[in-house]
Amino acid sequence: MKKTTDTIEKAMNAVFTFCGFLAVAFVLVITVFLVISGIPAIGEIGITDFLFGRVWASTAAEPQYGILPFILTSVYGTAGAIVIGVPIGLMCAVYLAKMSGGKSAGIVRTAVDLLSGIPSVVYGLLGMIIIVPLVRKVFDLPDGANLFSAIIVLAVMILPSVISVSETAIKAVPKEYEEASLALGATKTETVFKVVVPAAKSGILTAVVLGIGRAIGEAMAVMMVAGNVANMPSLFQSVRFLTTAVASEMSYSSGLQRQALFSIALVLFVFIMIINLILNFVVKRGESDE
Amino acid sequence: MKKFIAALLIVGISAAALTGCGGTTDSTTQTVSTDGSTSMEKVIGYLSEAYIAENGGVKITYNPTGSGAGIQAVSEGRCDIGLSSRDLKPEEAETLDAEVIAIDGIAMIVNPQNPVSDLTIEQIGKLYKGEIANWSEVGGSDAPVVLIGREAASGTRDGFESITGTEDMCKYTQELTSTGDVVQTVSTNPNAIGYASLASVKDSVKLLSVEGVTPSTETIQNGMYKIQRDFVFVTPKNKELSEAAQSFMDYASSAAADEMIEKAGAVPVKR
Repeated sequence: MKKTTDTIEKAMNAVFTFCGFLAVAFVLVITVFLVISGIPAIGEIGITDFLFGRVWASTAAEPQYGILPFILTSVYGTAGAIVIGVPIGLMCAVYLAKMSGGKSAGIVRTAVDLLSGIPSVVYGLLGMIIIVPLVRKVFDLPDGANLFSAIIVLAVMILPSVISVSETAIKAVPKEYEEASLALGATKTETVFKVVVPAAKSGILTAVVLGIGRAIGEAMAVMMVAGNVANMPSLFQSVRFLTTAVASEMSYSSGLQRQALFSIALVLFVFIMIINLILNFVVKRGESDE
Repeated sequence: MKKFIAALLIVGISAAALTGCGGTTDSTTQTVSTDGSTSMEKVIGYLSEAYIAENGGVKITYNPTGSGAGIQAVSEGRCDIGLSSRDLKPEEAETLDAEVIAIDGIAMIVNPQNPVSDLTIEQIGKLYKGEIANWSEVGGSDAPVVLIGREAASGTRDGFESITGTEDMCKYTQELTSTGDVVQTVSTNPNAIGYASLASVKDSVKLLSVEGVTPSTETIQNGMYKIQRDFVFVTPKNKELSEAAQSFMDYASSAAADEMIEKAGAVPVKR
């Protein structure tokens, strides 16, 4: 009896270890694959022409492969989504953690959870049918598919992660801080903004970084609302993101064009890696603070 | 993504087929290799599926390389049938035969609110090159023109730009990745103009006539409607086709294939 349990234990141990290393293997394979398939085109086009070229014309008679428009669009789009999404998310988190009673908080929290479960293609569809025509009418533009519409959609999409992470951070602030502030005569609002939020800042920063990660990696939803023309970014113009640049041309690219798409994916991958490193750094520093 | 995987599979299959292509007929399944126009992907897909359903034991491969590369491949004997979405040049026609199996009709669509109902090819070209930026210049209301097009890889875009002479010059406002997106966008923006395969145009948008001709199966078949191009099977003149290739070719140019061609969004040839 003892022996069989031992064998099962050993076997399961091996299975767990294998699965653990499988995840590592996937990361390694993806990294190696992206580097191997992304480097040749960068070499052929030239790294400065590739990263800082302002014109992307992959199927023209004389193709040009400059991805500066895509990089800037991704950066601006993500920044815009953060500027709009983080304050809303943060205040929603404050409401959930501090202001609401039990029942209404439950409703809001369920709604937020649902929001995070909605597939991005649905965000894109609603953006395309509601936000794009709305932006066109409100700002009196010829067309509503532009960077601004993409920012609105992305801002909504990052809300769930911003809200849930900030809420946890705010809830972790010791009750005594708040009580001391209120006892000194500060109003509830003053307490929230001057005591609670600063005390929870590392958690909120984590929320922001997670939001950046979500926004910069989103492809489907922005593809449906951003117009996808490789312009240098401006708020009310049709733009193409790093993600959509890969997605929209992959279906039948060939030769150097296909290699260049892998290079764009590599650039995106590097961005995500940097964001993850920042996230690790923020979380570690937050831990050492406490 | 699905398309990409499909393309990979096709490339893989055709690579496997090519390696065994050196005249070996000992295997029981016969292979018909096609190579060429990316715009013909759907037509070939529907045709080969229907053909295989009727004649088991035949494999039809498709290598999406582009019309030029397909014609090159068939003239060098690297495939059985070359696929071209343009007519053969005179020097190519010396050694190659071309058979039109379907016609690709590209419809111009605007929002139902747009008063414009007819444009010339020249006007369409100017609109898409940005030389005409206001609808009032072509008889519409005083509103900016919003140019809706397809992504650079699209066969419809390739066809549209080559017929209107606007290759690499289009000042698109939006580049969308599917015909459905184009129709949807044009139906919600009163200033938009777009292009799409005739078969996929819906009632939510207004179909423009071009140089006075409304696109329809008839006007495309009799050549009156101008924004159209042929989908062509290219075969060598001096060499007999393999039995399987000839049989597929016969099927594709028979009336039985018309339904499949229509399903694929193209117009069958008038017989």
